[in-house]
Amino acid sequence: MSTMTLDLLPLGVPARIITVGGNGALRCRLLDMGLIPRTQVQVKKVAPLGDPIVINLRGYEMTIRKEDARMIVVETEVDSLKAVV
Amino acid sequence: MIIGLVGNQNCGKTALFNQLTGAKQRVGNFPGVTVEQKIGPVKGKMGIEVVDLPGIYSLRPYTSEEIVTRDFILNEKPDAIINIVDVTNIERNLYLTLQLLEMRIPMVLALNMMDELRNNGGSVDIAKMSALLGIPVVPISAIKNEGIAELMQITAKTAETKALPRQIDYCPPGPIHRCIHAVAHLIEDHAEQADIPTRFAAIKMIENDPAIASRLALNQNELESIEHIIVEMETELGLDRNAAIAEMRYNFIESVSRATVKRSNESKEYLRSVRIDKIMTNKYLGIPIFLLIMLAVFMLTFNVIGAYLSDLLAAGIDWLTTVVDNALTAYGLNPLVQSLIIDGIFAGVGSVLSFLPIIVTLFFFLSILEDTGYIARVVFVMDKLLRKIGLSGRSIVPMLLGFGCSVPAIMATRTLPSERDRKLSILLVPFMSCSAKIPIYAVFASAFFSTHRALVMMGLYVGGAALGILIIWLLGRTAFRGQPVPFVLELPNYRFPSMKSVLLLMWERARDFMHRAFTVILMATIVVWMLQTFDIRLNPVADSSDSLLALGGRLITPLFAPLGLADWRITTSLISGLIAKEAVVSTLGVLMNTGVEQLGTVLGQLFTPATAIGFLVFTLLYTPCVAAIAAVRRELGSRAKTAAVIIAQCGVAWLCALIAKLVFGLIL
Repeated sequence: MSTMTLDLLPLGVPARIITVGGNGALRCRLLDMGLIPRTQVQVKKVAPLGDPIVINLRGYEMTIRKEDARMIVVETEVDSLKAVV
Repeated sequence: MIIGLVGNQNCGKTALFNQLTGAKQRVGNFPGVTVEQKIGPVKGKMGIEVVDLPGIYSLRPYTSEEIVTRDFILNEKPDAIINIVDVTNIERNLYLTLQLLEMRIPMVLALNMMDELRNNGGSVDIAKMSALLGIPVVPISAIKNEGIAELMQITAKTAETKALPRQIDYCPPGPIHRCIHAVAHLIEDHAEQADIPTRFAAIKMIENDPAIASRLALNQNELESIEHIIVEMETELGLDRNAAIAEMRYNFIESVSRATVKRSNESKEYLRSVRIDKIMTNKYLGIPIFLLIMLAVFMLTFNVIGAYLSDLLAAGIDWLTTVVDNALTAYGLNPLVQSLIIDGIFAGVGSVLSFLPIIVTLFFFLSILEDTGYIARVVFVMDKLLRKIGLSGRSIVPMLLGFGCSVPAIMATRTLPSERDRKLSILLVPFMSCSAKIPIYAVFASAFFSTHRALVMMGLYVGGAALGILIIWLLGRTAFRGQPVPFVLELPNYRFPSMKSVLLLMWERARDFMHRAFTVILMATIVVWMLQTFDIRLNPVADSSDSLLALGGRLITPLFAPLGLADWRITTSLISGLIAKEAVVSTLGVLMNTGVEQLGTVLGQLFTPATAIGFLVFTLLYTPCVAAIAAVRRELGSRAKTAAVIIAQCGVAWLCALIAKLVFGLIL
């Protein structure tokens, strides 16, 4: 198992949210959109200029800036990360 | 009977609204809010009206849309609400549903996109979901018009019987349950007095909602006790208050979803979207494809379809003008009144109306791009670039439209979610040189710079855009600093747009524009006609150089002396440019006693190459036409702010023209 922030999660690796940091409107918006502890997420795409990214959770896709994704800590299962590396 | 329509963005809310009401919609404004809502009578149901509330994800008071919806339900007390949810994305959609349930109001759940779910082998246990949520649940497909009649019937019955949702207490036993119930108990009397549902008020207190807190009018002691209860819950649970509430809701939603919805993992629509996105948001192709699409939309609008229709309409208006003119002459109407009708109203409103086809065509393409889901991808692709100037990806559309016509561009800012971005975009649009200025550039470029025509044109376009970006960048760091709105955007699956929605939107825009053409613009053209026709003693003038307009031109001439443009004919043409930018050239033609074709040969009498550059820079940057001013006024919603924008634009134009004249005076 390895933990990292969501902006560093490699493409296509399933992960689970541990904490949602940040504060104020952004944090509440993230919680409202379903990014809460134990939710499964995957990074699906990176924009042509490297930012923002598209993530998939709860059966839908949303885009989020990397600086905001940095507020979210996720953990991957060992096997899935090894498979990519 | 009033029914509120509430749902997430991209859940088919507008499609449902259009199915319910047809074309009989009007824009309504509820007191105290700036966001408009559409209202329409329900087809075939006497006395029932639906209100289309803004698409939202939650009822937190962070965006104006959320506040509008919440205040609408709390204050307007609709007879019932229809909560429309996208059944293919049920978990996130039900999050709003749970918050709506807390507001204790008759409510029906419309499960949209059932056809899509079924086609992918999914199903919903409707009866069980209805039992678990405590409200009627109706499966529908808004685009295919399935289940709409049943939905309306059940909603009408729910509203008539004032059937409240069955109270469900979904908080799990434990710290959060104790916290909610303790707070609810504490504020019960206050909530009843303020006429706010107790459980809703309790959760809002836990979420630190200042608006609800002030409405409850709690005293210091009570506030401290509440805070104490919350902190206790936070320590016991190891989660802060916001996360705790969100988690509680999602846990309940997951259990409802597990018990009632059977879905296949990856739908056909999702897989299709992934395939399309491989190309549309490709690392190398994404931006070029976007530029190509915008180019195609522009070509089709300004050179092919829109231009053709515009010419056709202009010809029609010309024909009508001639017919009316002849009829009035035959009737023997007072020549002055006839001049008012023909030269004032017909010419003025006619020239603005001929923009209508262009605007409608542009919005046709734009709403297709929006409804298919492509605009969301554009935002994703362009966000990083636009963030450099302090805007977000969404502003790219109005910016590009500005090169065509400021009016639809300013109208397109309405889709921006952030008030700050919207205002900045409205200010940015006029810097994009609109197509009506092309005749001015063309005449001057060939008269003074025949060897460098393309360079001059390019310079004006690029210079205007660059200056606009610079100014927005500065404003973003000074006057408009503010809290940036969180950038979290859903990327919906690509969908075929519903032609009905596209056509209704076109009709809406057309109506909006025509309304303005016959109010603000009609007034403005009459005023300009009077200025052109009368002298200072209100006698009709024989020679246009005696008119009030020329007098006005002469009055402001000294202001233009530093630019080397101190000729009343120049300043008069600039004033008439406020009606439409094309009028600059035609007025110069009239005042120089020559047709537009020969204008180039006589311009040498008025301008040197350096002052011509100054003049071009001024026309590039100064206040756009009345139609654009009216659009700015409408979107900013303030006369004072609009006036400030106009003055600022003229000031910037003057300053830049001076610099350009001085610099080019040295070079040329």
